[in-house]
Amino acid sequence: MTQSNLSPKPDAPDEPDISSLPVKLSVQDLNFYYGKFLALKNIGIDIPANRVTAFIGPSGCGKSTLLRTFNRMFELYPEQRAEGRILLDGEDLLASRGDVALIRARVGMVFQKPTPFPMSIFDNIAFGVKLFESLSRIDMEERVEWALKKAALWDEVKDKLPQSGASLSGGQQQRLCIARCIAIRPEILLLDEPCSALDPISTARIEELIAEFKTDYTVIIVTHNMQQAARVSDYTAYMYLGDLIEFGETEQMFFKPRRRETEDYITGRFG
Amino acid sequence: MSEKHLSSQFDSELTGICSKLMEMGGLIETQIQNAIQALAQFSIPLADEVIQTEDRVDMMEVAIDHALTSIIARRQPAARDLRLLLAISKITTNLERAGDEADKIARRVKSIVEGAFARKMPIGDLRLASNMAAALIHRALDAFARLDLDTAVSILKEDDLIDREFKGFTRKLITYMMEDPRTIGDSLNLLFLAKAIERIGDHAKNIAEFIIYIVKGTDVRHSSLTHIESVIH
Repeated sequence: MTQSNLSPKPDAPDEPDISSLPVKLSVQDLNFYYGKFLALKNIGIDIPANRVTAFIGPSGCGKSTLLRTFNRMFELYPEQRAEGRILLDGEDLLASRGDVALIRARVGMVFQKPTPFPMSIFDNIAFGVKLFESLSRIDMEERVEWALKKAALWDEVKDKLPQSGASLSGGQQQRLCIARCIAIRPEILLLDEPCSALDPISTARIEELIAEFKTDYTVIIVTHNMQQAARVSDYTAYMYLGDLIEFGETEQMFFKPRRRETEDYITGRFG
Repeated sequence: MSEKHLSSQFDSELTGICSKLMEMGGLIETQIQNAIQALAQFSIPLADEVIQTEDRVDMMEVAIDHALTSIIARRQPAARDLRLLLAISKITTNLERAGDEADKIARRVKSIVEGAFARKMPIGDLRLASNMAAALIHRALDAFARLDLDTAVSILKEDDLIDREFKGFTRKLITYMMEDPRTIGDSLNLLFLAKAIERIGDHAKNIAEFIIYIVKGTDVRHSSLTHIESVIH
């Protein structure tokens, strides 16, 4: 090898620096309590728009708790409370006095286990849309078809739309839930372990969707599967015991993390 | 790697592949030493021994690559584990090529011994460079075993000395050829031999760069020594 004065290549040249990207969701000084237990400790993170951000960490680290603050899902439980600020395009979600359903329409969520409503495939999609929009029958049919196509489910269900959502396979049910979520045209998609109950083929389909979604949405995914985080996300945050330990470009996080704790976790030395 | 994985099987696989690499490195060291001895003593049996070892080295390279593929496929390593395995793959290639150079030296020795002017040529002048090259490979393997950055940097510096020796030797050979064109054939053999020694030094240097890559996570290939030292410190 010959020596030269070539400047060294940056470690992760594909993704722009986080600080240069527009911020969709800015979490500032966030503390979260389950009763008296402090589950999230002074979290600060800027989640870039139109990118996929993954949260990883061992069980109980607070990643799902954090996700549930982004659409105020925690408010369903009276003993849970959040302090701090969560700015969606500059507007503080926690301070908002408006209808929480409107926040959840902007910040959609898909859960670990598929949760189709006990109604037809068509109505599973149409139900949420009706809450926010008054569409004609034709427009509603178009919207349902659009959402099912976006969720790559249309070809499999177009001939059985009146059938129950529960009649679909697990992977199809999860894509139905994703279709239901995007039918309302949210700005942010929260995915809480969306593939943990699915087989590898269904998982691959969902991961494919995640890659496509980032052109239209800001996607935030919580996953225990580190390879999945590495595959689908642009940015990764590692959490431990309620602290945000490290946040950076996924390539850098999985190849040369800055913090020793992150490295120990992703290389399987944790414990 | 000082800390253990949750999976002790993964630990033993990593330890196993490092041991295989060191074993291959030991074989290459012997090959290089024998090639240098064959040159110093004009020994055809020693040269033959070097040439025969080549097949074993090739088989070890294939075995290490197979083990690497298996670990990557089953464990999906990340961060320093991934860097270690990538570096092992590159170091294996460099060791195999250093072995190829030893093989070339052995074959040239046989040609030189059969040549008319062999014993009149300045073979002694190659002793310093060849001993330095062998020592660099030895120290590169030692630095890999201990992930020793200081030794890795010193190898990068010392490879420059071998390069300087090579240039000096080339100039000397040119004067031999100009004075007596009958020495051109043997001089060319010596030139190829000197080049092989210089390449062994280069392979040691490459190995040193991959040690820095494992520890620091920065690819320092094609970088200046100043930049490399800034990465380390």
